[in-house]
Amino acid sequence: MDEQSAAYWKRNVKLVASLIVIWFVVSYGFGILFVDALNSIEIAGFQLGFWFAQQGSIYVFVALIFVYVAKMNKLDREFDVHEDDD
Amino acid sequence: MDLTTLTYIAVGLSFALYIGIAIWAKASTTGEFYVAGKGVNPVVNGMATAADWMSAASFISMAGLIAFLGYGGSVYLMGWTGGYCLLAMLLAPYLRKYGKFTVPEFIGDRYYSRTARIVAVICLIFISFTYVAGQMRGVGIVFSRFLEVEILTGLIVGMSIVFIYAVLGGMKGITYTQVAQYCVLIVAYTIPAIFIAFQLTGNPLPQLAFGSTVNGTGEFMLERLNNVVTELGFLEYTTTNKSTIDIFAITVALMVGTAGLPHVIVRFFTVPKVRDARSSAGWALVFIALLYTTAPAVGAMARLNLTETIQTGEVGAEDGNLVFEERPDWMKRWEATGLLKFEDKNGDGRIQYYNDANAEFAAKAAEFGWAGNELSVDRDIMVLANPEIAQLPNWVIALVAAGGIAAALSTAAGLLLVISSGISHDILKGTFTPDMTEGQELMAGRIAAAVAILIAGYLGYNPPGFVAQVVAFAFGLAASSLFPVIIMGIFSKKVNREGAIAGMLTGLVFTMGYILAYKGVFFDPIIANTPDNWLFGISPEGIGAVGMVLNFIVAFSVSKVTAEPPEHIQHMVEDIRVPKGASAAVDH
Repeated sequence: MDEQSAAYWKRNVKLVASLIVIWFVVSYGFGILFVDALNSIEIAGFQLGFWFAQQGSIYVFVALIFVYVAKMNKLDREFDVHEDDD
Repeated sequence: MDLTTLTYIAVGLSFALYIGIAIWAKASTTGEFYVAGKGVNPVVNGMATAADWMSAASFISMAGLIAFLGYGGSVYLMGWTGGYCLLAMLLAPYLRKYGKFTVPEFIGDRYYSRTARIVAVICLIFISFTYVAGQMRGVGIVFSRFLEVEILTGLIVGMSIVFIYAVLGGMKGITYTQVAQYCVLIVAYTIPAIFIAFQLTGNPLPQLAFGSTVNGTGEFMLERLNNVVTELGFLEYTTTNKSTIDIFAITVALMVGTAGLPHVIVRFFTVPKVRDARSSAGWALVFIALLYTTAPAVGAMARLNLTETIQTGEVGAEDGNLVFEERPDWMKRWEATGLLKFEDKNGDGRIQYYNDANAEFAAKAAEFGWAGNELSVDRDIMVLANPEIAQLPNWVIALVAAGGIAAALSTAAGLLLVISSGISHDILKGTFTPDMTEGQELMAGRIAAAVAILIAGYLGYNPPGFVAQVVAFAFGLAASSLFPVIIMGIFSKKVNREGAIAGMLTGLVFTMGYILAYKGVFFDPIIANTPDNWLFGISPEGIGAVGMVLNFIVAFSVSKVTAEPPEHIQHMVEDIRVPKGASAAVDH
């Protein structure tokens, strides 16, 4: 693998790793491991841990994918590995 | 018009639509049959993926499960959505870049091994048949409840419809019918939810109503629900009695299993570009989230409605419970199906609904003169009965029936296609008869799809006693066998043939063995299925998570002590990591 591709791959893996950390924290962290602690906080009729487990984590999942799409498209262009536009 | 006529019209119109699409989108090449010619718009594919993914279980059963599990139901909500992040970031773009037709094909090529491909096909076929039997059963149930026909007749009608568009249209026909089916099912799901949310809280958005105050009281809905159910001896709604480690493991198994399900992965082979595969996963999750964020609200509202319908006054008061003769009509209708049952145990002419398994509360209940819980509700009826509970017009009920059928058929079609492509492309063309022409392969694919439909129909009519239990199988196997080898195939250049095969077999055998030992699919369980006996306190539903970890460990260890993958395989891995140069769409 040439240096350019190696650098591209490294940036890609780094981006994915940081998004997966957020993915893990909102679902497994807020929704499962720390659910009891967060449930002592109540906002707008929801116990916070319960809300993350049944609503919040899903919204964050959607946002994460679109952040990933935007950042990867930018990265592809930066390294000139993007696909041709039609 | 009466309900049955309206339901016939709603279901009939939806079927006419699906058949119309099938005729318009007939497949004429293997490329169109397997991957819709790789020309599907990413938003359209997202919608098709959502319908492909959301099965009869999501539409009919999930909200009911959540209603009775409360917080414990979160495993399904997070587990069946979080996998899309893994798909979008770890799998879909690379597999699209690789640009062939099936998941076993990728595994076979990446690990330069026919054995690996065959092991993958076997996992795929087992996972998919498990799933499809449940879908056909769902079609039969909706038909028999709403159209008042025999389950067998319902099954034959459902099989015929799938036959027409899956066999004729292949992936291309399936894609566009799934789009139509998504529209039907999401409208059918959200309309009753919006009405009920408005009736109960004055806020029409279920996602917000869920956290609003209940009409006529100052109490938040979840707070009220917690009070109402605990007063009857049930567990508080926002808590669970499952252990944290089990909740964690089940969520992992469902998420990773989702990302490893072949019929979902293959949908991302149908878009024109690598970047479309990424965004398409995002759109799929948007469309899925519409239903998945509504479902917990539906569950909570249904539980509150049901409990307060029965417990009309103070717990323990003489006139606090619903008089049997005055029960609402929807209860009478569902009693006819046997899915809702009353038994006046203490002979007071009223219905008591409480947790008699809670010894402390049961003692208190005995003082009220209650002689045990008198109501049993099948969880599956909550969504189907919802419009009746909310007294919505008959056309809404008819729409819900059409929605349930749409959810089941769309998933069944996607599963049947991966089964048929596994047989015609991986087993026949890829292994036993490599010199067949494209025309012969297409015909083989169609025949395989037709045979798979017949088997699915048979399994739907004669569900083997273990259908409910093998659902754990499908996710556990996908998580412990297919997912890890695909990921390692992309993110590691060093994992080799020996490692992949050893890893897949370890994951498969361990997970299958564990589930069989506790659930006893063909025989009595070897070990009692209780938390005390579980490994690390993880139930068979969650054991796929451990199987996945074992697969990774074994694959890496074996690869370390055996020969590296050949040069050209390492180049292939480098190539799938960059988007540029993906094979183009064929004419659509």
